[in-house]
Amino acid sequence: MNAATTLALRVQHAYAGFSLDVDLALPGYGVSVLFGHSGSGKTTLLRCVAGLERAGRARITLNGDCWQDEAGHFTPTWQRAIGYVFQEASLFPHLDVRRNLAFGMKRAGGVVNDDDIRAMADRFGIGSLLGRMPDRLSGGERQRVAIARALLTRPRLLLMDEPLSALDSARKQEILPYLERLHDELEIPMLYVTHQIEEAARLADHLVLMAGGRVMAAGALTDTLARLDLPLARDQEASVVIAAHVLDHDSAWHLTRLGFAGGELQVSQRSLAAGTPVRVRILARDVSVATTPDHASSIQNRFPCTVTGIAPADDPAQCLVGLEAGGVALISRVTHRSAAQLGLAPGLAVWAQVKAVALLE
Amino acid sequence: MPDSQDLAAVWLTLKLAATVTVLLLLLGTPLAWWLAHTRSRLRSVVSALVSMPLVLPPTVLGFYLLLVMGPNGVVGQATQALGLGLLPFTFPGLVVASTFYSLPFVVQPIQNAIEAIGPRPLEVAATLRSRPLDTFWSVVVPLARPGFLTAAVLGFAHTVGEFGVVLMIGGNIPGQTRVVSVQIFDRVEALEYSQAHWLAGGMVVFAFVVLFLLYALNPDSRRRPA
Repeated sequence: MNAATTLALRVQHAYAGFSLDVDLALPGYGVSVLFGHSGSGKTTLLRCVAGLERAGRARITLNGDCWQDEAGHFTPTWQRAIGYVFQEASLFPHLDVRRNLAFGMKRAGGVVNDDDIRAMADRFGIGSLLGRMPDRLSGGERQRVAIARALLTRPRLLLMDEPLSALDSARKQEILPYLERLHDELEIPMLYVTHQIEEAARLADHLVLMAGGRVMAAGALTDTLARLDLPLARDQEASVVIAAHVLDHDSAWHLTRLGFAGGELQVSQRSLAAGTPVRVRILARDVSVATTPDHASSIQNRFPCTVTGIAPADDPAQCLVGLEAGGVALISRVTHRSAAQLGLAPGLAVWAQVKAVALLE
Repeated sequence: MPDSQDLAAVWLTLKLAATVTVLLLLLGTPLAWWLAHTRSRLRSVVSALVSMPLVLPPTVLGFYLLLVMGPNGVVGQATQALGLGLLPFTFPGLVVASTFYSLPFVVQPIQNAIEAIGPRPLEVAATLRSRPLDTFWSVVVPLARPGFLTAAVLGFAHTVGEFGVVLMIGGNIPGQTRVVSVQIFDRVEALEYSQAHWLAGGMVVFAFVVLFLLYALNPDSRRRPA
């Protein structure tokens, strides 16, 4: 894992009355989420990276390896060291799980190592399914086989195209922990396409916001979610994600105390060891602002902040207040009326009160 | 009872149908692949040409093949220049004519099967480092197996059953071009009905058995038309 390595994408591609025009340099580690509505070009961009779509004009390099350039060089998909997980299960129906898993491994490495297959299958909880045919698997099982199959080729880049979108919410919850583990353990960069902000909040290190075939914003997840100038902040589900760690547990009250750069947060008790890094998501609508430390409130999660900016929300009665606590950015959605009554303005010292905190991992 | 002439006709027919089936699978598969995947405007032209034998009387096809392969035809002059002699009224000539005549029966089932697979399995295979030819053998052929089976059976059976093209291009040379259908015609002309029955009845049984096996052994045909 080398911070200097990057995935550089410069892609211009016109198709069916739509054009994709992006120029991105993504980190060569961690999870970069391509986020946007359908038709924003995020899947097409992913397909161009994989070589499944041949962009009209493009330069695509991973750590200096060039897969396509403007001079006409184009590496076919099968020669790119990628793993690709498609939206719907894409297992070969004529092969059992074991032979599906072995398919790419054999071609990428020249040998089929049964120990590796078994270890990977166990890692994804499909060890007991090796002899099954794909039509005897649930949707969630099929998708786990697909991910394991992609990883067994030892790719240098993992591409995922909305891998959860074809699953119902119970199946999604079944797969998300595996993806989160993958996020923690994976040594290669991952490019993950989704239109669900929830998935982005849980998995992304880096967020690329796409619309109409263009990149609207790209940056660290925490920074990008907190930007008041992006439509993300105006969404009903607008939120920020904060990196925190477990401090200790208050068993008397069944609470777990988390620390982050700007203060402390309490959540319902979880069995996590002190020091465990966690991600928390705080919705803008769950953050209120006070000019005094209101100890008489039922809201226990409060910490001092500075107002960094105010922007209009979609609802004319409301506005978005940018806050900063110890270098961590948050958003609060309040009414214009309260903002005026409190005299909120950039630079003002306030208290943020957080009604709900979602622990993501 | 069938005599040696009848048996020779049966043997010749089987030899012809087997040869033609192998040739058709070799030629028809790339053609079906191209038709299933191309976006070229030539697609409809080629599709129409491949399907012509379904519509044309066999005599028309036979007549023109006779001219083209004859001493003054393009193909005839080429085969003569190559020292192969002329194709009409020979077994190889019969093979060429039958291949054209049965082409749609082989191309269409394979094309349908390849189209039913769709692009996704091919893309999946490519992302798993499978080169195109590898993907063809390890993904396309197994998934399109019912289509290939249908194509082979129909190609074989249709070649066995042809008459008009054979007569036009092959004539009636024992051991060379006299296939079962022509032999039956001869027997009937000579009023040898009992001999004709052996062959004709055999053809009826053969046709039923082949088609029965096609439907019975092709479990996918119930779920998905090949």
